[in-house]
Amino acid sequence: MIRFVLHRLVISVAVLWLISVVVFALFYLAPADPARVIAGRLATPATVAAVRHRLGLDLPVPQQYEHFLIGVLHGDLGYSFYNSEPVRTLILSRLPVTVSLTSGAAVVWLVLGIGAGVLSARRPRTLIDRGTTLFVLTGLSMPTFLVGLLLLYVLFFRLRLLGLPAFPGGGYVPLRQSPIQWALHLVLPWLTLAVVSAASYTRLTRTSLLEVFGEDYVRTARAKGITEHRVVYRHALRSALTPLVTQLGIDVGTLLGGAIVTETVFGLPGLGQLAVQSITTQDLPVIVGIVLLAALFVIAANMVVDLCYAVIDPRVRVG
Amino acid sequence: MSTPIVSAIAGDRAAGPPMPAREASTPGRGPLRLAAQRLRRDRVAVVSMVVIVVLVLSAIAAPVVAHLVGHGPDTQYRDTGLTPAGLPVGPSREFLLGTDGLGRDVLVRVVYGARISLLVGVVSTVLAVTAGVLIGLTAGYYGGVVDVFLARFMDAVLSFPFLLLAVALVSIVGPSLTITVLVIAFFSWAAVGRVVRGQTLVIKEREYVQAAHALGAGDLRIMLLDVFPNLIAPVIVYTTLLIPTAIVFESTLSFLGLGVVPPTPTWGNMLAESLQFYQVAWWFVLFPGLALLITTLAFNLLGDSVRDALDPGTERLFAGGSR
Repeated sequence: MIRFVLHRLVISVAVLWLISVVVFALFYLAPADPARVIAGRLATPATVAAVRHRLGLDLPVPQQYEHFLIGVLHGDLGYSFYNSEPVRTLILSRLPVTVSLTSGAAVVWLVLGIGAGVLSARRPRTLIDRGTTLFVLTGLSMPTFLVGLLLLYVLFFRLRLLGLPAFPGGGYVPLRQSPIQWALHLVLPWLTLAVVSAASYTRLTRTSLLEVFGEDYVRTARAKGITEHRVVYRHALRSALTPLVTQLGIDVGTLLGGAIVTETVFGLPGLGQLAVQSITTQDLPVIVGIVLLAALFVIAANMVVDLCYAVIDPRVRVG
Repeated sequence: MSTPIVSAIAGDRAAGPPMPAREASTPGRGPLRLAAQRLRRDRVAVVSMVVIVVLVLSAIAAPVVAHLVGHGPDTQYRDTGLTPAGLPVGPSREFLLGTDGLGRDVLVRVVYGARISLLVGVVSTVLAVTAGVLIGLTAGYYGGVVDVFLARFMDAVLSFPFLLLAVALVSIVGPSLTITVLVIAFFSWAAVGRVVRGQTLVIKEREYVQAAHALGAGDLRIMLLDVFPNLIAPVIVYTTLLIPTAIVFESTLSFLGLGVVPPTPTWGNMLAESLQFYQVAWWFVLFPGLALLITTLAFNLLGDSVRDALDPGTERLFAGGSR
């Protein structure tokens, strides 16, 4: 087991290193010249050169990468080209928003997705099943921003016209300031981010539950006269959830992508918004920091999934 | 139905070797022929194919639509297309689906937008599937160091925070149609590659592949003639399912202002513009949104039916009232 963990760890570090090289190459060797952008349109060549020197962009490329890598290994992601704030501070200040958004959305989609999946698997080919199928279908076909726009229109704008200002249409209130306002402000973003993923979980749960229902041990459980409720939740669902673990690992990675769009639609000051802002201003250290953080997150999630599997199914360790 | 997929499948079969005489009474029941038959009997599949054909036709006929309505896609009708306060005009006889924030005809722009969506969807999917098959096949067939390298590379691509990186990449190179297609293809091929690699690993252990080796067939020949035909089913399914994903991806990039650049109409950048008007002009949100939804829905439904037709054993996702 320890060998397996070490093996996975080495591979993860290798992948992470590869990503750091690619990210560095992409952004630091790009044709865009951040020094020119920062110095302004009317800057003299001397000023541009000075700015370039201040940012360390006049050093040879391998040396730049060396500095970059040493910094990253020390947890130092450099300084923003713009306000000279440490990238780490910038990211940490935005992190709570994105974590609130994504973790809440994950809860919503797991509950919604698995719930709907169980409902439709228990009554296949009924009206309930058709209804959830329609939901799955629409959810899978809709881009996140379209879901956001629709929710904004119906649950914010229409409700407010009716004199029911139930949900705010944007903005963020820190959890510590007011938990109720925090949740209220996040309801629409949570739903937006959750709908697309919930759809695929409904499909997965339904498929794998229907498969498990055909197993002998489920028939045995039913023959013993256990209540259907217990059969479904105690016996069948537990083993049906295994494929969901994989999916969850994959989805954690795409969450930040979804967060970019959701934060744009609802004006949430999170990492996604920071990413879009730094992209428009060509603030390389910030972009690189966010991409690396996201990649680290994905790889960690994948590793946790692998380890979960190794615990559940000893055969995996051999492979 | 004479859609590309069905006719391709039927044509494929027709060109194949003649069936033994024993089966002459039930002619040409190859697996692909059977799948095509199942597909034709599937109501959901037929409806979604009709929708897709209509979409393709209207995309091709976009200039005709513009001519019939008498409005250009980028022309701003500031006198008739905007209210005195400068706001979009609702659906009327002059503007069937209303106008947008600059007084342009939403109908004409939605029809022109279909061109971009379908073009991006199809081209990037073809690129991604081709790359995925080539790389996945190579990795799975050769194994060893090649496989370790390629498989890790695919893992790395799959673990990129792809939307974030796509957005960053586009912002550096500058948004354009070509970049959009390339970026989408780059972030989609690895999923195909992984599936193809997995299948190849299984297939290359089969007896007939061993037999081909024993007969002295070359690697290329075995890959193309013995392994690849077994990959056609998953590849077809992936192709139909990647198209809607690519369309969604394109519209998301355009929504963030990093896809196809205005004034070229795409559903994504129309929706991005509509964000400021959604409280006064529902039609500006509704129609591009609906077009996008119907298109991706039709492709997803078709993809699911194709999967079902090629492999009746799998669980059906969008089982409508078709049986």
